[in-house]
Amino acid sequence: MFESLSHLVLQQYWWLIISLLGAILVFLLFVQGGQTLIYTLGKTEMERRLLVNSLGRKWEFTFTTLVTFGGAFFASFPLFYSTSFGGAYWVWMLILFAFIIQAVSYEYRSKPNNFLGAKTFEVFLFINGALGTILLGISVATFFTGSEFSVNEMNFSKWEGAARGLELALNPHNLSLGLAVFFLARVLAILYFMNNVDEDNIISRTKKQLIYNSIPFVIFFLTFVIWLMFIDGFAYDPISKKVSYESYKYLHNFLQMPLVLIVFLIGVVLVLFGIGKSIFKTSTNGIWFSGVGTVLTVLALFLLAGFNNTAFYPSTFDLQSSLTIENASSSKYTLKAMSYVSLMVPFVIAYIWYAWKAINNKKIDAEEMNEDIHIY
Amino acid sequence: MIEHLDTALVNWSRAQFALTALYHWLFVPLTLGITFIIAFMETLYVKTGDPEWKKITKFWMTLFGINFAIGVATGIILEFEFGTNWSNYSWFVGDIFGAPLAIEGIMAFFMESTFIAIMFFGWNKVSKKAHLISTWLVAIGSNLSALWILVANGWMQSPVGMHFNPDTARNEMLNFWEVLFSPVAINKFLHTITSAYVLASIFVIGVSAWFLLKGREQLLAKRSIIISAIFGVLSSLFLIYTGDGSAYQVAQKQPMKLAAMEGLYEGTEGAGLIVLGIPTPGKEYNDDKDDYVFKFEIPKLLSFLGYGDTEAFVPGVKDIVEGGFEYTDKDGVKQIALSAQEKINMGKLAINALSEYKQAKESKDLVKQEESLVVFRENFRFFGYGFLNDPESIIPNVPITFYSFHIMVGLGFYFIFLFVAVIILILRDKLIEKKWLLRLLVFTVPLAFIASLSGWVVAEVGRQPWTIQDLLPAVASVSQIDASAVQITFWLFTAVFTVLLIAELKIMFKQIKIGPKEGGH
Repeated sequence: MFESLSHLVLQQYWWLIISLLGAILVFLLFVQGGQTLIYTLGKTEMERRLLVNSLGRKWEFTFTTLVTFGGAFFASFPLFYSTSFGGAYWVWMLILFAFIIQAVSYEYRSKPNNFLGAKTFEVFLFINGALGTILLGISVATFFTGSEFSVNEMNFSKWEGAARGLELALNPHNLSLGLAVFFLARVLAILYFMNNVDEDNIISRTKKQLIYNSIPFVIFFLTFVIWLMFIDGFAYDPISKKVSYESYKYLHNFLQMPLVLIVFLIGVVLVLFGIGKSIFKTSTNGIWFSGVGTVLTVLALFLLAGFNNTAFYPSTFDLQSSLTIENASSSKYTLKAMSYVSLMVPFVIAYIWYAWKAINNKKIDAEEMNEDIHIY
Repeated sequence: MIEHLDTALVNWSRAQFALTALYHWLFVPLTLGITFIIAFMETLYVKTGDPEWKKITKFWMTLFGINFAIGVATGIILEFEFGTNWSNYSWFVGDIFGAPLAIEGIMAFFMESTFIAIMFFGWNKVSKKAHLISTWLVAIGSNLSALWILVANGWMQSPVGMHFNPDTARNEMLNFWEVLFSPVAINKFLHTITSAYVLASIFVIGVSAWFLLKGREQLLAKRSIIISAIFGVLSSLFLIYTGDGSAYQVAQKQPMKLAAMEGLYEGTEGAGLIVLGIPTPGKEYNDDKDDYVFKFEIPKLLSFLGYGDTEAFVPGVKDIVEGGFEYTDKDGVKQIALSAQEKINMGKLAINALSEYKQAKESKDLVKQEESLVVFRENFRFFGYGFLNDPESIIPNVPITFYSFHIMVGLGFYFIFLFVAVIILILRDKLIEKKWLLRLLVFTVPLAFIASLSGWVVAEVGRQPWTIQDLLPAVASVSQIDASAVQITFWLFTAVFTVLLIAELKIMFKQIKIGPKEGGH
């Protein structure tokens, strides 16, 4: 079924898959957001235990999605993998450190004789939650703001930025998306707790926190998006492949791809609806509206960065080194082979859905913490 | 192509990868094996309805969870390290190498991590059967993960199913099935997972033996020992079989690695397999010192294992560096081996031709393009040698490879005797009386980890200097970063992983001491 597709269509298909994985990843970052709220929402040991266990049953989904996102990016756009990872060394290393310390923290936090103490593992979870979300947001923002690197005729890349990627964090636009992701993750976490935790004291604190986190989220997100609509973007000529600046490129992309614009708008509305519903009414299903909204919004942003002859990983050092879905991709054969593999994705989503429902069919409560099950 | 080679950078990058892989491999084999052991146990629980089996299953599941978490923590870094520290490599072979990593995520890792959630938290939420299936899927998922990672690794040791595209300056996949079913990859996969089953069996037996020594949890210990010993002995037999297959593959595809494994400098016909030996310290490939201080060997066995012929010539390190010996290539044609220097010269011709091709393309000189392509294709098979300057640089660290190999094999056979002894004694119900054996079983647990790590060292140190056999050496694979940056991350990883390892061990020992609880966890 993929045999007849052209290389370009396969490249677009894979950009769509990467975008979807990225979008699902941002939604799943609610786990990270929740990790930064353990002490804000949980005032007693049991309350914190409930929060940790509520998140602990989901952390692996986020983790696995991150790993798969990386693997899929490697397989489909290896030039991005080699340029960005080898270039923005410190940013990626910090992200990785943040995830290394997360993986053990759930399992070891409440185990006796755990060497570092429960507090340390909770700090690890906080670091992962804050650093992981902000840095991932900053990295995605560079799809629009560009980085300083060059790629030579052998496609070997060299980073020209001053601080191996850390300089990217100083760009206010990158930072605004980073913080938007951070507060979004916290908002989603609160909505998730409302849906999953059955503990009155915790729930009584969620509404106020939801408001406190939604406001900065909306401010940072709007700052980024409005600015995005006015900047010069990185366009390339479909025939000559030459990259150049184009005024209002991303606004043009929206207007020239109305479907993407619609997806984006529906996404934003759903995110806000989920938040509003949970603030103004007593509602436990806000997570589903905001969650789906997050996926749609992020998906649209990724498509904005890569489709319509746009360089998705632009170089401000040397425009012609910028990466596009055409020059950074794998060969036609590999994309084709991988496309067959991608047919497994709906199946994977189906069993994740099954597992999610099986575990979440009943809210988590203090009673369950005393049952003979695996407790974090 | 590479402007300057920074030895410090390459060595620190290597050290970092070795460190992270080593730590990861400390935890993975136990996960691969114990998930099956747990699945067997839970199957017995579902079949018999005996709550004791549930208690046993849950106890081992707790230990598995502790190990799994740190395995995941140390694993994520490896995938991304290809990009961060080996970016040239990532481009040069990403078209082939990326695919198995992506498939691992989509097909295996999700399966493993999704069903782990049910396995841990689903006891009271799904039916017994659904829970059992989840446990089996965790085992299958983790082993499928290993399949894709080892397919990727096998491809590096013996690149197949691809061609070099001069326009994109990278290798591109031509045949997915050739990559997946490469004999090196399949052998590596089977050998590695079975070694993991052996390790997990020894772990379970060792912990159970400790309970017996303490006079605790006798039923749990006995049942666990029976299952693991049978699983272990069957796996060991398969391990020998796949080990034999691996030796054959190494002889064919990586003769230098074979020579290093055996400490063989001067090649010979009818070569023996060293059972015990000490390679001469400070030995250079071209000096007159003997290869070994002392050796005890089984005559002609190496020739037989490597080439299926007791009289076959096995080239030594010196032969491979200097060339001139006769061998049969993969098409069955007799060839005279080239020296490393000749290969280096050809590699440089290929690199140069590629650069000329690029220039000719730029200036639209079609004739020159064609000419340079011809030269390039003639010399491409030794492309990677072009990045080397010294023939000696194709020699891996012989003592490390030799000792790791012999430790691995020696311990592997020791484990078989142990499994057999345990099975016999436990069936006669005499195991508990043999205190010395129980103690030995406890002390064998760390040996299983040593054997497993040694296997990894043989595979990875023995193939140096190559990241892709003959096509790309480590020096040309590395990201152009300051060596000091890699040095900092190296020490950071060392510190973080060591601290986490200490935590893991302390928690593990404590949980073992606590033992199974009624109802588990």
